[in-house]
Amino acid sequence: MTIVVFTSIVLAGAFLAGLLGSLTGLGGGVVIIPMLTLGFGVDIRYAIGSALVAVIATSSGSAVAYVKEGFSNIRLGMFLEIATTSGAILGAFLAIYAPTHLIAIIFGIILIGTSAINTLTKKSQTPDVNGSVLATKLKLNSTYPEGNALKPYGVHRVWGGFSMMAVAGILSGLLGIGSGALKVLALDNIMRIPFKVSTTTSNFMIGVTAAASAGIYLYRGYIDPGISMPVVLGVLGGAYVGSHVLAGAKSNWLRAVFTVVVVSLALEMIYNGVKGNI
Amino acid sequence: MSKWQDKDMQVIIGNLLRGGVLLSTAIVIIGGIIYLYRHGGQYPEYKTFHSQPIEFRTITGIFHSVWEGRGRGIIQLGILVLIATPIFRVAFSVVGYLVEKDYLYVAITLLVLCIILFSMLGGKAG
Repeated sequence: MTIVVFTSIVLAGAFLAGLLGSLTGLGGGVVIIPMLTLGFGVDIRYAIGSALVAVIATSSGSAVAYVKEGFSNIRLGMFLEIATTSGAILGAFLAIYAPTHLIAIIFGIILIGTSAINTLTKKSQTPDVNGSVLATKLKLNSTYPEGNALKPYGVHRVWGGFSMMAVAGILSGLLGIGSGALKVLALDNIMRIPFKVSTTTSNFMIGVTAAASAGIYLYRGYIDPGISMPVVLGVLGGAYVGSHVLAGAKSNWLRAVFTVVVVSLALEMIYNGVKGNI
Repeated sequence: MSKWQDKDMQVIIGNLLRGGVLLSTAIVIIGGIIYLYRHGGQYPEYKTFHSQPIEFRTITGIFHSVWEGRGRGIIQLGILVLIATPIFRVAFSVVGYLVEKDYLYVAITLLVLCIILFSMLGGKAG
């Protein structure tokens, strides 16, 4: 397989990953790593480096849309980024010293776990207007648009959410993923923020978190231009088509199929990790 | 009132982010075309991990290889722009909170910026 053929196939695969990730809301980066390692036998360190760059691209590219909707809580995101960026640096250093088959196994487990979170999380709850004392001090309580009115909500258990965000940051730095599902879990279930606010604030944080570990990955030589080029262009193109051209086509059916694909890829990653093939 | 100013600032930042992504995409495409034109017929070797050569993993090295017109150097420059985009967003937010005179958030945002910049240095030191 020549470089032209390799680039074309990876570009097509990354486009499909970005498209499905955007249509299902599950993120496209996660299938890039198994596609490269299982499909092309690429070393997992190159795969992680390119997936991380793709995560930054999709997060930054969609920031405008999310901010305009008025759902993101910018102050909350910035405060929690202290936890995610510190975690991401720790994760990136762990990735340097951890054996690759162990990373593959952890990747598989986290992938299954986050798919479960995405499927099981309850999405509706009535927000409590009065936030905790610390949340009020940090000016984290805010409002979100519902109908024509701005509905206030309070933020709770700040340190609990902060700790969960540190874990999300470590996993993001270790595995080159956005860990959007864990971020939503921290915001939604622990800090009890309305679901729409959690998802948009999470997306907003993903790019900054990934940038913190990307510097380390770049310097360590994990980011290969020959792989990153088709991955970034493919995922961005797929995500763009998914969110602009096919915006109305979101379906539960597609989401279910994609979840099955992600879980089977995760199982194969674990299997290959245990066998020492990765 | 301050909520809306906050949102205006974020819309500007959001547009800057999109500009950064478009710029980096354009650079990566140019680099990709040069790379494929020169090396497209060769065979890739990614099965075993060799760290990138120094000219593709440090900022000075990347600029040097761009100067020499190397395709992969140009791709890495595009990726450098992409990594810098969210960092730029954090830096710009510092200015925004200064304008709003929200000093607590000036401090929080500066702390996040320091952590990220530490990672850039930490990558070299470690």
